[in-house]
Amino acid sequence: MIYRITAFIAVVFGVVIAVSCENDHTLEFKRYYSIGAEVYQTHCQNCHGINGQGLLALVPPLNDSTYLKNNKTSLACYVRSGLKDTIVINGKTFEDVMPANDLAPMQIAQVLTYVGNSFGNKIGTVTEEQVTANLAACK
Amino acid sequence: MKKLVLGFLVIAMWGACKSDSGNKMALPIFGSRRAVSKVVDGKTEVDTIYQTIPKFGFVNQYGDSITNKSLDGDIYVADFFFTTCPSICPIMARNMLKIYDTYKGDGNFKILSHTIDPKHDSVPVLKKYADKLGVTGNTWWFVQGKKEETYDIAEKNYLVAVKKDSTAAGGYVHAGYFVLVDKQKRIRGAYDGTDPKQVDQLIEDIKALKAEPDEAIVQ
Repeated sequence: MIYRITAFIAVVFGVVIAVSCENDHTLEFKRYYSIGAEVYQTHCQNCHGINGQGLLALVPPLNDSTYLKNNKTSLACYVRSGLKDTIVINGKTFEDVMPANDLAPMQIAQVLTYVGNSFGNKIGTVTEEQVTANLAACK
Repeated sequence: MKKLVLGFLVIAMWGACKSDSGNKMALPIFGSRRAVSKVVDGKTEVDTIYQTIPKFGFVNQYGDSITNKSLDGDIYVADFFFTTCPSICPIMARNMLKIYDTYKGDGNFKILSHTIDPKHDSVPVLKKYADKLGVTGNTWWFVQGKKEETYDIAEKNYLVAVKKDSTAAGGYVHAGYFVLVDKQKRIRGAYDGTDPKQVDQLIEDIKALKAEPDEAIVQ
């Protein structure tokens, strides 16, 4: 009997911890995402558009999930320092300069979380720690 | 009987109001104006002379010379931009494209986008910019000329404030206005080119302007 009760308590405990961890996780994601939306509005939307659609052949759209995945560790550098290289997005070439953005690592993490999980993308949370590490490795 | 008269009065006044609001459909004419008297058939008549866009000379994205005469008989929208502008220009381009798409098939309508950075925005640069926006033909001209002349005509004639401000992102600030000019080269409206609502209004106003009866075209 005691064994059973202990097992039951252990299971309940486990579930509670799992749920609360998940809540922490989703909560963190939601915080990053909603503040990221504001950062996007202020710093990115003029060029990349309200739906991340870009502007014809002038500004690339932000919905190429494969590009985001393949360049995940470089994205923070692009946001901070801008982009001068020619890039291929959804099979189209873009060659215009993207300007640098004076953003804190936290803001970069938030905006990457927003973009990375909007417009059909799903790369999960990009944390401040990841961004700080990625920025240190910028070319 | 008194009530009947009052009723008539109310109806008459309501009618008057109605025709008044009908007149308000006409777009205002901006700029300075002066009265001149002239003798027509022995009688002296007073005429109003409105401010008009003066002579200018620019070059468009095809390398063609564009002067005030190139726009004779056209309704056009003028704005000021530069191709490397990171702040409001993409939004202005997005909104101007809406106007372009609405009226590109119509004759007698043009868009004149002046670069305020002619040093960078050479003819090939302007052509490339137009290509990237999918702009073809002769409805939308991207023009460049002497910087002083562009600033001068912007400030004095298109009522648009364009001033160099090297502290701003991209090196320049400008107001982002779309200026509507009629066939007589008079300013008929200025709209915030970054505000989709005002741009929709501009599209409507162009329609209204097209419906205005033609007057003598000012030379």
